[in-house]
Amino acid sequence: MKQVYAVPKSLQPRPTHYCPGCTHGIIHKLIAETIDELGVRDRTVGVAPVGCAVLAYDYFDFDVQQAAHGRAPAVATGIRRVLPEGVVFTYQGDGDLASIGAAEIVHAAMRGERITVVFVNNAIYGMTGGQMAPTTLVEQKTTTSPFGRQEATQGQPIRMSEMLATIPGAAYIARVALSSPAGVQRAKKAIKRAFEVQLSGAGFSMVECLSTCPTNWGMTPFEAMKWLDSNMAPYYPVGEFRTPEGVTQNA
Amino acid sequence: MAERKLFKGNEAVAEAAIRAGCRYFFGYPITPQNEIPEYMSRRLPEVGGVFVQAESEIAAINMVYGAAGAGARVMTSSSSPGISLKQEGISYLAGAGLPCLIVNMVRGGPGLGGIQPAQSDYFQAVKGGGHGDYHLVVYVPASVQEMVDLTMEAFDVAEIYRMPAMILGDGILGQMMEPVEFHEPRKREVPAKDWATTGAAGRAPRVINSLYLNPEQLYRHNLALADRFEQVKANEVRCEAVNVDDADIVLAAYGTTARICRSVMDRARASGLRVGLMRPITVSPFPYDAIGKAARTAKAFLTVEMSMGQMVEDVRLAVLGKAPVHFYGTTGGVVPTAAAILARVEEIAGAEVSRP
Ligand SMILES: Cc1ncc(C[n+]2csc(CCOP(=O)(O)OP(=O)(O)O)c2C)c(N)n1
Ligand code: SF4
Repeated sequence: MKQVYAVPKSLQPRPTHYCPGCTHGIIHKLIAETIDELGVRDRTVGVAPVGCAVLAYDYFDFDVQQAAHGRAPAVATGIRRVLPEGVVFTYQGDGDLASIGAAEIVHAAMRGERITVVFVNNAIYGMTGGQMAPTTLVEQKTTTSPFGRQEATQGQPIRMSEMLATIPGAAYIARVALSSPAGVQRAKKAIKRAFEVQLSGAGFSMVECLSTCPTNWGMTPFEAMKWLDSNMAPYYPVGEFRTPEGVTQNA
Repeated sequence: MAERKLFKGNEAVAEAAIRAGCRYFFGYPITPQNEIPEYMSRRLPEVGGVFVQAESEIAAINMVYGAAGAGARVMTSSSSPGISLKQEGISYLAGAGLPCLIVNMVRGGPGLGGIQPAQSDYFQAVKGGGHGDYHLVVYVPASVQEMVDLTMEAFDVAEIYRMPAMILGDGILGQMMEPVEFHEPRKREVPAKDWATTGAAGRAPRVINSLYLNPEQLYRHNLALADRFEQVKANEVRCEAVNVDDADIVLAAYGTTARICRSVMDRARASGLRVGLMRPITVSPFPYDAIGKAARTAKAFLTVEMSMGQMVEDVRLAVLGKAPVHFYGTTGGVVPTAAAILARVEEIAGAEVSRP
């Protein structure tokens, strides 16, 4: 019989703690598949964030360092400099990357640090119970923006991919959405490309994954996918914002 | 014979680190320690090492975390406000059991304070600084030669016990020039880093981490950290005792202040006062036993610090009420004068020593 699906070798065969309908688990799988396909498991070191993915090291089957909130790009820089032949990536939420770790991500990109960043944007803080993130949409209600995010006092949501794409050291910046099977396939392609860019030595690479948090959005998994498409995707367009060829295109 | 060269304190630390095998430096500028990153940026590329000027102290210490986790001999340096920023990362390094060297050339505080030498980061260095149950090994050199020797020692000790080590200096020690010898570092058995995340080729995956969500597990982890520090206490405490056996008054001081106290002691002895000096070389762990022993014979102690009184609390703990412990301190970057300390010694001698 032909085997059509298997758990990637770089993923441990165990259930995750993520909520039903959360795409953290899918993104883990895409990373593990990529590492298997590129044959780099033996030289990969991942960096886990603070946030819902803090336990990522329980699921990946390769070396992982857990980092302080937002500092993953700095930790990855340290690892990368010690292991020039290594494959180093960070896995970060939007609170982690766009708020407390905003300086670290910008400067890792500025240095053209040869790391890959998988950035999970679910427009909210998941682990601490649904507070406002820098990526929370205007009018979106969270536990710390109970009347909806107000532009006048809380500013507009930050578009990290667009911002980082202006940085010369960033070789590959893309945004994908995990809300459909086709979106998942595109996400896989982007993640693989980001790792290939790292392997080529071209510089910093990041894939922003538009993701769901049904638990803190107060929705069913199905509603959450629809909310992502109708609310997040218009503000956060998917596409490749920077490639090693310098092409900037929105798809 | 090892070569003897004139070196500035800050540059001596940097050169000693390189000779001890440190190949990675991550830092951010702050006075009065800038010669360390500057020296490293020149020298490390010559020996195949890496220097990165980070975007902040927070990033620098987290780069240290990543590099240490990947098994490297790595260091950072800063001065007081920068060390405050590094405390987050120091707590994580301690929590994850990662060895590294952190140099603090202390300046006056709190806040932005000033740029003159001080000893006001003692509490921060020896009582924690970051959050949680942990200790660093903290060395307090009093000469440029000791900066060299203790820097070399600190790397080994950090690796043997898997914890961050700190060199606690100050602006004077960093800036002063003295002849130094770079000996071969003392050979110590340093265990293999069978925990480092270097890529899981041919072995099970490894995790560098300080998260223990189960309280019982965190409890056991903290006990293990405490246990390792007990071993440090048993093996690594260092203190110099000068003229203490027959002393009526024992001065207690470290670093720059200890140098001044040494001349105070000499002048006091010349005038017939029996004064000795206890000079901690490690302040974490603190030499409680050595100072406690001195309290069996001394009639009084005088702790001298460039702070409003921080180490004096440990001296009092060591003396345990067996003798009065006096304090003389200057703060804000003011260096105490030998004359002022001597006057205090004479005052104490009049009050305590002449008693039957
Ligand atoms: C220094 C620090 N501040 C705050 C926290 C608390 N904290 C844990 S997770 C988190 C938010 C994480 O949100 P995000 O990065 O969006 O990831 P998600 O949980 O949504 O996957 C915060 C604020 C922390 N662990 N450390
Ligand atoms: S809280 Fe939100 S982000 Fe976290 S696992 Fe649950 S759904 Fe996912």
